[in-house]
Amino acid sequence: MSDLKPLDLGTPPSPSENNVTLSIDGQSVTVPEGTSILRAARLAGSDIPSLCATESLKALGSCRLCLVEIDGRAGTPSSCTTPAVQDMVVQTETPRLNRIRKGVMELYISDHPLDCLTCAANGDCELQDMAGRVGLRDVRYDNAGTNHLDAPKDTSNPYFTFDPAKCIVCSRCVRACDEVQGTLALNVSGRGFDAVISAGGTDFFDSECVSCGACVQACPTATLMENTVIDLGLPDRVVKTTCAYCGVGCSFRAEMKGETVVRMVPDVDGKANHGHSCVKGRFAWGYATHPDRQTKPMIREHISDDWRVVSWNEAFTFAATRLNAIKEKHGASSIGGITSSRCTNEEVWLVQKMIRAAFGNNNVDTCARVCHSPTGYGLKQTFGESAGTQNFDSVRAADVIMVIGANPTEAHPVFGSAMKQRLREGAKLIVLDPRKIELVSAPHIRADYHLPLRPGTNVAMVNAFAHVIVTENLLDENFVAARCDTVSFKDWRDFAARSENAPEIVSKITGVPADTIRAAARLYAQGPNSAIYYGLGVTEHSQGSTMVMGMANLAMATGNIGRAGVGVNPMRGQNNVQGSCDMGSFPHEFAGYRPVSDDVTRTQFEKEWGVTLDGTPGLRIPNMLDEACAGTFKGMYIQGEDIAQSDPNTLHVEAALRGLDCLIVQDLFLNETARFSHVFLPGTSFLEKDGTFINAERRINRVRPAITSPTGMAEWQVTAGLSAAMGYAMVYENAAQIMDEIARLSPTMSEVSFAMLDEKGSVQWPCTKDAPEGTPVMHVDEFVRGKGLFVLTEFTPTEEQANRKFPLLLTTGRLLSQYNVGQQTRRTENQRWAERDELEIHCADADMRGIRTGDLVAIHSRMGETTLRARISERVQPGVVYTTFHHPESGANVVTTELSDWATSCPEYKVTAVQVHPANHLSDWQNQHQNAASDAAQ
Amino acid sequence: MTTRIYIPADMLAIALCADEVARAIAETAKTNGTEIEIIRTGSRGACWAEPLIEVETDTGRIAYGKISADDVPGLFAADFLGGGAHEKHLGLVDDISFLQTQQRHIFKSCGLYAPCDLASYAANGGFAGLRAALSMCAENIIDEVEVSGLRGRGGAAFPAFIKWRTVQGANGPQKYIVCNADEGDSGTFADRLIMESDPFLLIEGMVIAGLSTQADKGVIYLRSEYPLARRVLEKAITVAQEQNWLGADIQGSGKAFDISLFVGGGSYVCGEETALLESLEGKAGIVRSKPPLPALEGLHGQPTLIHNVLTLCAVPEIIAKGGDAHAKLGASRSAGTMCFQLAGDIKHGGLVEEPFGISLRALLDDFGGGTRTGLPIKAVQIGGPLGAYLPPSLFDTPLTYEAFAALGAGLGHGGIVVFNENTDMRAQARYAFEFCAHESCGKCTPCRIGAVRGAELLASDTPDLGLVDDLCEIMVAGSACAMGSMTPIPVQSAMKHFPDEFGARATQAAE
Repeated sequence: MSDLKPLDLGTPPSPSENNVTLSIDGQSVTVPEGTSILRAARLAGSDIPSLCATESLKALGSCRLCLVEIDGRAGTPSSCTTPAVQDMVVQTETPRLNRIRKGVMELYISDHPLDCLTCAANGDCELQDMAGRVGLRDVRYDNAGTNHLDAPKDTSNPYFTFDPAKCIVCSRCVRACDEVQGTLALNVSGRGFDAVISAGGTDFFDSECVSCGACVQACPTATLMENTVIDLGLPDRVVKTTCAYCGVGCSFRAEMKGETVVRMVPDVDGKANHGHSCVKGRFAWGYATHPDRQTKPMIREHISDDWRVVSWNEAFTFAATRLNAIKEKHGASSIGGITSSRCTNEEVWLVQKMIRAAFGNNNVDTCARVCHSPTGYGLKQTFGESAGTQNFDSVRAADVIMVIGANPTEAHPVFGSAMKQRLREGAKLIVLDPRKIELVSAPHIRADYHLPLRPGTNVAMVNAFAHVIVTENLLDENFVAARCDTVSFKDWRDFAARSENAPEIVSKITGVPADTIRAAARLYAQGPNSAIYYGLGVTEHSQGSTMVMGMANLAMATGNIGRAGVGVNPMRGQNNVQGSCDMGSFPHEFAGYRPVSDDVTRTQFEKEWGVTLDGTPGLRIPNMLDEACAGTFKGMYIQGEDIAQSDPNTLHVEAALRGLDCLIVQDLFLNETARFSHVFLPGTSFLEKDGTFINAERRINRVRPAITSPTGMAEWQVTAGLSAAMGYAMVYENAAQIMDEIARLSPTMSEVSFAMLDEKGSVQWPCTKDAPEGTPVMHVDEFVRGKGLFVLTEFTPTEEQANRKFPLLLTTGRLLSQYNVGQQTRRTENQRWAERDELEIHCADADMRGIRTGDLVAIHSRMGETTLRARISERVQPGVVYTTFHHPESGANVVTTELSDWATSCPEYKVTAVQVHPANHLSDWQNQHQNAASDAAQ
Repeated sequence: MTTRIYIPADMLAIALCADEVARAIAETAKTNGTEIEIIRTGSRGACWAEPLIEVETDTGRIAYGKISADDVPGLFAADFLGGGAHEKHLGLVDDISFLQTQQRHIFKSCGLYAPCDLASYAANGGFAGLRAALSMCAENIIDEVEVSGLRGRGGAAFPAFIKWRTVQGANGPQKYIVCNADEGDSGTFADRLIMESDPFLLIEGMVIAGLSTQADKGVIYLRSEYPLARRVLEKAITVAQEQNWLGADIQGSGKAFDISLFVGGGSYVCGEETALLESLEGKAGIVRSKPPLPALEGLHGQPTLIHNVLTLCAVPEIIAKGGDAHAKLGASRSAGTMCFQLAGDIKHGGLVEEPFGISLRALLDDFGGGTRTGLPIKAVQIGGPLGAYLPPSLFDTPLTYEAFAALGAGLGHGGIVVFNENTDMRAQARYAFEFCAHESCGKCTPCRIGAVRGAELLASDTPDLGLVDDLCEIMVAGSACAMGSMTPIPVQSAMKHFPDEFGARATQAAE
């Protein structure tokens, strides 16, 4: 196992640019000033024993094993806490030091079980290693002495066990919870010999622990241990890969034993996550081998028929015949497909290629349509590129962080932790959110300003910010003059200065006091480094694109773009939503966001693909659904998406799907959408995929197969098989060749290849001949479009307004332990933290309706009705209710509307006017859904 | 004519019913129609004579010792208001040998007046140092401290001026002066006595330290077991603020310094300066690693000068009279006076301030007057619970840092506890481990586990002394702070000087 362990240098690297040279055991070593002697020694090849030190945590100096002797200094200081100094002469192995180390180990072992052979950490235990290193042969202390050997285990957490009998109180777990995760759920309780690790006086499951696993990773013994290791033993091989949950894109080491995953350990070399993870990535991968997993292709004549398992070839032939027949009968534009942001770039690439080349139209869209399409549009308009401007590490340089419509600690937990670290270092925080998210008030974090605006009023708010910045002369005139389009700037300045944008007016629209708006705007403008982080609370509105451009305007006007610590940063929801967009999954754009109508681009693709391509934009998802209802769109290929659960106005989506003559679903599970499908093609989990994901910071990460696909096919081979059956062959020997084609056809990825990624780990596009190492921060010297463009952002209220019949505004969000439609997380122990979606309602609204926490309540909108259990919460403001959408039976999208962003058709999930009242039965839709589900089960 | 009667109101006197004495005197005087004025002072530090009341007469202040309320009618009958004879009459307070033979500098005004009587403090030389400092540049103040040879009185005896100069030269938006008033050593009470008796002296010392280091905030970290000191300090700080000796513009100088009081949580380790800083920041009292030095990154990461109460109290006179005068006191590199506290089995327990260099024997005999029980002395423990046990054969050692370091002992905070011949030295050695186990913060392994194992080893009638020695080496060399590294001092000094009380070793030696 030792060769599987990454080298741990004991203490974090020093950022200093000055070097010092010292002698350690006669070896000269040069390190940055501020480097610990421990780290310097390990770099020089002297592996000083240690237990409480690990590279991801600040030095503590508690175990007293890493003591050294320094010429000219009395005593034996701990090398982890003593910085290396120029010309220092250090000895790490002397008889005295070994005596002390052996004596310390003797003390440790005098309070430790002697069950190494049957211990889960046998072979992977630093305490065991150190006992061996120092040559401990005997424990002379009376074994009847006071000890902790009878301390009971805590098995409350489904993923790991806490065995305090094995604890050496190094507090690595406590420090990891603080310094890495930032939750502070653990502490050392009691003092002296009574000092024990405590989850705040309760068990782990009921504590504030978020099960990120940082403590388990940090533990040097078997005290905190993955249950999978306890059950299976230690891994024997490692596959480096990338998490398939959110858009942070954490790098992982899949630690394997044959074909079985033993544990997932976040990779310290991962440039997005730096060795950290969340409960989903680290623990919630069991869905890949869940019994519900489908591994064989299936077909049926009608959706009321039972499924029939068939060979791949029969499935391809069946699907191709139906699609070709539809084309024949209803025309070339009567079929289309949706690519998946869960799949690799290579898999997405083939789907959009198949649609354009084999289907013969541009009816390709992706789930980004319903989440971040306004980001692509808005940032392209203003800056010239459809992507976030920074890398994640940029947050470390931010002085003011403005979080708008995002909830990083729940939805992007690893980046949320990085943000918390920066906030605890003193960065200022502005939160624009109708709801009091965790960041508004967390241990040692308090938002300087929380602006709980009414849902649907983002644009009014951003205009008020602009008004304050313009009228109080907080502009960065030099930046604007040098970098931006001055004509559009002057128009924008005049627009912003208009009296209707004054905070005193906007306050009436947003419900936020004018002086709070002014103060927050001043804080953002003052920086000096102000960064905007935003999520679906920005995009999923009828003015989503307007808001994105409004934020871009603010960043340009205050000069907060083009360097570390600033920028406009979309928090991407799915693992590869950036990638699926980059791959050209849009009906109007090829890869690289180039119009299908552009002859030069299209010719390039035609040449590469050997076909003639359609130059007219195809249908967006909502258009496909509308056409399906109208009977003019009849065939659809859906890759790894569950639009029957995730898309708005479920009744409309279901009607559209029922109208199709051929629906092909490719997924791991028979999902909600598969209920309406004729062909089911089993997909592969991320553990089986070979390819790349692109995260929210444009980072291209490798996904490598850890286990063999139980379907017998790579997912791209399935797409290629269907395409070939339709008459258009797509021939590749492996996924790497697909990436080579992507690179040839994507100007911003021209230098990318699997070989290059395997060598560098990961890169952020643009990765070109001019930027072969990738581009951490964009728009540094000039905007991609040349001059930054200011766009006027007039506020237009959504049509979805509360009234007497629907007096409350429903908005939606996510929970830490669940992921989107819950396909994966619901099939793991994560379910135990969130067994159902609930309706959060303010006590004032609850009281007047006679609603208590736990009551079943009906939620009516103009679209439909569903029921949920209520939870009275101070997080929401009066007049606003909130729910998540992780469980299909919740029917959250039965009530959402079809209103959408004017520019990109991104649905307005975040604002639905509703009425809520106590209920005593499920809604009709829920009853039907329940019946359908039980039929399927039979 | 109104007669002034001085009755101490420090914690010891109150514990010995000084309040009842004061009440009885007041009531009796009222009944008698006698005009008196009772002034509640601090204590002179002659603990053995408390409650020690003083009556102002034409010839001076006449003392009566160990007074209880029951003595009051007799005192009136004996005309104590006129200094009349009484079995508890001790004569002129200035003639009491225990006090008169001391060379007091820090404690010179202790017990003279009411602790928060700022006018009396000033009338008795108070603020002379601060007045001088207000017109001096920072460099010159530190130069005087350097010349004085002042060393930290908390136990480590580190040259004060080096810390001062480091803090002065450090960059930071907010520097701090922190007074360590977490006096936790057994048998010590000097900090308490000065804070309860003459609190302006500490305030004056802190302001001078602030002026010389550009720190304008001071914090006194007071142990929770000193509720009376807390009340006195709170009042004294308020009075000093009202009289403009603290605040934004001290005595019109344009210079600022203010003090706040922080009461600790009852942990011995918080007397260690880095654990104290953690506690001040609201965290558990666990020692920090050095570097960084607190002088560079102390309270809230800012440059911080931390000193014991007595170190700061020595400063006003050094500045008022010049560093030279201080340097001339004492012996070798131990300059100035040490405030010894005699306790345990001793006839005249109390505070003895003497220049460094006096012998232990002189302290015990001349000031202490031998044991209270009359039994022979077996050992004394110097410097608190982690100090060495010394046998009478070493009583001629001069009390200097250098001479004690040569013995493998230390002076600590000047606490001296006397043990008579009935003392079980193995039990005392075991107690050192038990004390360490009870007070260990639990951060480092040698202290956290070692102290428990040490106590277990010494619970045996035939302890494995080789293992005890090995354990002591690990604790000395391996502990993260003085708590663990000094615990072996009482253990090994007891083993060394009283080997026949450690069964096995006696046997081993005999073999």
